[in-house]
Amino acid sequence: MIENTGKLAELSPETKLMCERPGTFSGGHRMCAGCPTGIFTKMLTRVSDDYEIVAGNATGCLEVASSIFPYTSWQIPWIHTAFENASAMMSGVEACYKSLVRQGKIHKKLKFVVMGGDGGTYDIGLQSLSGAMERGHDLTYICYDNGAYMNTGVQRSSATPLGAATTTTPVGSESYGRKGNRKNLTKIMLAHNVGYVAQASIHDISDLFRKMKKAIDHDGPSFINLLSPCIPGWKIDADMAVESARLGVDCHFWPLFEVEQGRFTINYRPAVVKPAAEWVLSQGRFKHLKKHPEVIAAFQAELDKQWSWLEMEEARTK
Amino acid sequence: MTNVTTGKPTIVPITGAGACAQAMRQINPDVVAAFPITPSTQVVEDFSTFVANGQVDTEFVTVESEHSAMSACIGASAAGGRVMTATSSAGMAYMWELLYVAASMRQPVLMTLVNRALTGPINIHCDHSDSMGARDSGWIQLYSENNQEAYDNLVMAARIAEHPDVRLPIMVCQDGFITSHSIQTMQLEDDTAVRAFVGPFKPYHSILDTDHPVTWGALDLQDYYIEHKRGQEQAIRNALRVIQEVSDDFAKTFGRQYGLFEDYRLGDADIVLVAINSAAGEIKEVIDEMRTKGEKVGLLKIRSFRPFPYAEIGKALGNAKIVTVLDRSASFGAHGPLFTEITTAVYNYSANRPLLLAHTFGLGGRELTLRHIEHIISESRICLDKGEVGNRQGLWINVRGDKL
Repeated sequence: MIENTGKLAELSPETKLMCERPGTFSGGHRMCAGCPTGIFTKMLTRVSDDYEIVAGNATGCLEVASSIFPYTSWQIPWIHTAFENASAMMSGVEACYKSLVRQGKIHKKLKFVVMGGDGGTYDIGLQSLSGAMERGHDLTYICYDNGAYMNTGVQRSSATPLGAATTTTPVGSESYGRKGNRKNLTKIMLAHNVGYVAQASIHDISDLFRKMKKAIDHDGPSFINLLSPCIPGWKIDADMAVESARLGVDCHFWPLFEVEQGRFTINYRPAVVKPAAEWVLSQGRFKHLKKHPEVIAAFQAELDKQWSWLEMEEARTK
Repeated sequence: MTNVTTGKPTIVPITGAGACAQAMRQINPDVVAAFPITPSTQVVEDFSTFVANGQVDTEFVTVESEHSAMSACIGASAAGGRVMTATSSAGMAYMWELLYVAASMRQPVLMTLVNRALTGPINIHCDHSDSMGARDSGWIQLYSENNQEAYDNLVMAARIAEHPDVRLPIMVCQDGFITSHSIQTMQLEDDTAVRAFVGPFKPYHSILDTDHPVTWGALDLQDYYIEHKRGQEQAIRNALRVIQEVSDDFAKTFGRQYGLFEDYRLGDADIVLVAINSAAGEIKEVIDEMRTKGEKVGLLKIRSFRPFPYAEIGKALGNAKIVTVLDRSASFGAHGPLFTEITTAVYNYSANRPLLLAHTFGLGGRELTLRHIEHIISESRICLDKGEVGNRQGLWINVRGDKL
């Protein structure tokens, strides 16, 4: 088991400044105890004084837990309509803004952010995301990836890692959990030639904040894939989300990198790369893998393969 | 197709789809989000040329699907824009989920629906299975017999949908190919007159108003959902009055009068046919012919199907001895949707109880000729003489195979 070190990452001066700005995501929402999703939502409107943010959400944990009528946690304009259409919905908001600016009916500078979990992004929302990114709307899409359909009770998504037990990939005499490797959505976004693409983790808020600012500042589509552990879905203790994310990065499950106009930068290289087994076996969803060392080996092989791809891309685009 | 009217109305030969594109140009919406699908494609293509030539202020979002088209329309409407789209058949089926969202968010999105059969099997021609399937979605539905009506209905649509007592989306329906692709001579009104009639859009809230942030689309559970639905029902009931008010104002402005439905030689008719869209044109011709032979026959043509004017229609059918309803869509295992509405209207609001005869016709574009209409009327006469519809109830017209 990993320990909660209680250690906070060193904060950058920009992050400290961000923390001093007023927040616009109130407490009292119904996210689970220990859920880290609120970390990035609290940063949303603090990224810049140069513009204001209009946000849209796919159906999911964040949406249902933050907007139970007649209450709302959102102190910025926020819209939700369905599960699979957040990017298209926000394309419409952004298109209307452009039209009204062109007609001289609105003058202030606005930026548009879309949020969705891996279900609403990797799977059911992939088509509308692809369309919005390809059309080039001025949208930042933030996918908080917790690796399954957590809102409906932990069913497998295409982001679910190899070997994870979910309620639709349960462990049984003929099953070690999810078969095959997860989809690499970040690569799919790169294939859209999106101007700014990054992977970030909820545990490193300075890196996350810098990336959010960069993505939202960017004119045109941008995409952040954010590792966001799920307490009940990963079957970890309520105080372990940040540590679990940190270990996910330290074992190369979730490399922190960004791609600007096609140029790769690896933002963090662990001094000591932890074995995948350490991260995997710290979570209840993988505990059965103790009896399946061959699955853990395959898991490790996939991480190694993805990391060397990343190193190659960084070298190639230097 | 970029003819611009200047200063006065013009008589033009134009397709039904082209006429709707012209109405869209004149309305000059802030955003159009649409995906091409036969037979509504020309609406989007023509409109694209208006965008390309700078004739409109519209931001045209070339979405990757109809699901995204309606999603983008909802987003743009939330952003305070006047928003339009066009679709048909499977395209609207793909929007289905979002049709309900637009209505429940009380967004006055304007749609041209070119009626086409739903797939199963695939077919590109006209029937009303698409819009009839969406009749419970909360959208206002206006139907159009010909190109002129499709154009006029679309010009009126914004005023109806955006009325403060309504604030609901609206679909203006016309028959795929039969009117959408037929060139008819019709009157295109002057641009400035149309813009003055339609007026500017005043949004209730805008998601772009960051000084007054609003949460849109909150999770609505058992403690509030039904009250919000009740509000939606009140709004669409209000639309009945607003449709007539706007139609009366349209008549004052442009000279063509429309009601919630059209009655054609109805007053003294023993036999009344009820129909929607282009079939009404052929029926009128047969009625004129049969009237010369002394058969007292009339037509009730639906214009507003949602909201459905039960009392007005029931009253209008009060003197009929038999009402024969022609549904251009099937509700498998039940009578057609138009028949069930007419039955409700007659049962509750007609002075007398006419016989009621249900027919289904024209699925997937199967033609309805003058001969078929004559046959329907003579069959209705037989029922009337017998005093019962008997085994003629629920017959399908112009179809191979044994009698159903």
